[in-house]
Amino acid sequence: MSLLTIKDLSVTFDGEDGPVHAVNNLSLSIDKGQTLGIVGESGSGKSQTAFSIMGLLASNGRTSGSVVFDGQELLGATQKQLNQLRARRIAMIFQDPMTSLNPYMRISDQMTEVLRLHKGLSKTDALAECVRMLDAVKIPAAAERIRLYPHEFSGGMRQRVMIAMSLLCRPDLLIADEPTTALDVTVQAQIMDLLNDLQREFGMATILITHDLGVVAGFCERVLVMYGGRVMEEAPTDPLFETPTHPYTRGLLGAVPRVDDEDAIMTAIPGNPPNMAAPPEGCPFRPRCDFAGEDCRVMPPLVPFDGDRARACHRPVAEVAA
Amino acid sequence: MLSYTLKRIAIAIPTLLVLIVVSFVLMHAAPGGPFTAERQLPPEVLANLNAKYGLDQPLWRQIVTYVWNIVSAFDFGPSFVYKDRTVNQIIAQGFPITLTYGLLSFAVAVIAGVSLGVVAAIRHNSAVDYAAVGVSIGAQVLPNFVMAPILVLVFTLWLGWLPGGGWQGPEYWIMPVIALSTSFMASIARITRSSMLEVLTSNHIRTARAKGLPERRVILRHALKPAMLPVISYLGPAFVAMITGSVVVDIYFSTGGIGKAFVDSALNRDYAVMMGVTILVGALTIAFNLVVDILYGWIDPKIRY
Repeated sequence: MSLLTIKDLSVTFDGEDGPVHAVNNLSLSIDKGQTLGIVGESGSGKSQTAFSIMGLLASNGRTSGSVVFDGQELLGATQKQLNQLRARRIAMIFQDPMTSLNPYMRISDQMTEVLRLHKGLSKTDALAECVRMLDAVKIPAAAERIRLYPHEFSGGMRQRVMIAMSLLCRPDLLIADEPTTALDVTVQAQIMDLLNDLQREFGMATILITHDLGVVAGFCERVLVMYGGRVMEEAPTDPLFETPTHPYTRGLLGAVPRVDDEDAIMTAIPGNPPNMAAPPEGCPFRPRCDFAGEDCRVMPPLVPFDGDRARACHRPVAEVAA
Repeated sequence: MLSYTLKRIAIAIPTLLVLIVVSFVLMHAAPGGPFTAERQLPPEVLANLNAKYGLDQPLWRQIVTYVWNIVSAFDFGPSFVYKDRTVNQIIAQGFPITLTYGLLSFAVAVIAGVSLGVVAAIRHNSAVDYAAVGVSIGAQVLPNFVMAPILVLVFTLWLGWLPGGGWQGPEYWIMPVIALSTSFMASIARITRSSMLEVLTSNHIRTARAKGLPERRVILRHALKPAMLPVISYLGPAFVAMITGSVVVDIYFSTGGIGKAFVDSALNRDYAVMMGVTILVGALTIAFNLVVDILYGWIDPKIRY
């Protein structure tokens, strides 16, 4: 049985100019210890998917569908029920390490409160465990530096602290929402290496949300490509990179700069991501798609093929992948 | 932190000195004096009086003497109007009263204001929120010189629950405290509410929620401290305004506080009392602003002195 199963999840925000459908009929599942990447541009609905799992949507957000974690339905669960799972079984790290830690509390207080609340540890035991975890994320002189405040750390170090804090209770599922976006390229690589090592060491299932296909390639077993609040393509990582079968995935891969091939031309996808308050009719990628036809005014369903892949496109695989 | 505090106290001394000189000069620059009356005193008598109180001396010498008396003997001089009382006695009598209901009002304003603001922010856009906002706007537009007579009318004349004036026990404190604290409570509630609403949308609060902390702990441990920063910067000016506002309260409730002495001294041209109270309020203001700055440093670790 899978650890997390999402079926037909839709997220809608009530805005002043009418409802905004941020996520439409998204389904996914992830097994224990698996790594799943969710890839898409800003506004594709990937972060809102993560927030609905954690019950952290903004107050004007509404959800429908079902999110089942280890047999328990999370949509509509009370805050109390969610608090039993948060940090203890499902942990999350956020995009912006500069603001995600509380600037007014010592790192030690922010970390130990997790263990004291969920594991009932004493202050000394909790502190010792937190120092061990900071060591695990390779923060030098952790025993002293745990007494510092967030502003005394660099961005990369703060993200390490966030990672350490999220792993304190050895969660079954870690959701990493663009963990490297706000960081320098060299620091990005260090953080991804670290996450890779920790994922292997702790064996937690991980959902990595990113707009960076390069990050996904080195980390995830499966990838979900999202666009305009919908899943466009889902596949194991290697086949996806070898033969992308959706025009959007193709476009994304074409836009990845390559260091190994100097002659490769980097092609941008023309146009802009859709305005989610007034999305295009049918397939949201239609206005930017080279393959689009009249039939694309009706949203194609996500159809499985090749056993473990799925795509939502009216064009046949052979035509797009060629 | 200690060296910073000491430095601030050291700066307070020249500040007070400037305050003394400016007040002294302004006071004497105004036409008339303590012995000006409708019926002019004979010039010989006036000369004798001026000589007795040192008013015949050049202004700079009067200032030097005044400051020297304070520094050497903590003596603020005799009252020019109440012949048998010194400024020290007048302040010793009135100040404890003002301080009592001033601090009480301050505590009430802070505790009630912050609680009201936090509750309104947590129940944002609910009936509770609208009620809290309504109450605080109402309370804020009601000045204490309107509040005071209404309180007396209702609680003394109609209900007969509370004494309408005087200073003999805790039941005499209630109305002055309400009259003085209400508008400050309202301002604090408004500031707390808006700053709390802002803090609650910040990323680190989302992190706190993601850690599975109960909402109560999220509010009290993670949100309240940063939400208090704008409130604390308001407290300095609020405290000064409260001491000044106590003039109205002293007069309406005959509390015998320092505010009454302040107004009387200005009307009577009682130079010594005026100076004494001015220095007192000045020193309190300086002290309170120091407390506010220290509180700031305690809340925000990025501020290091």
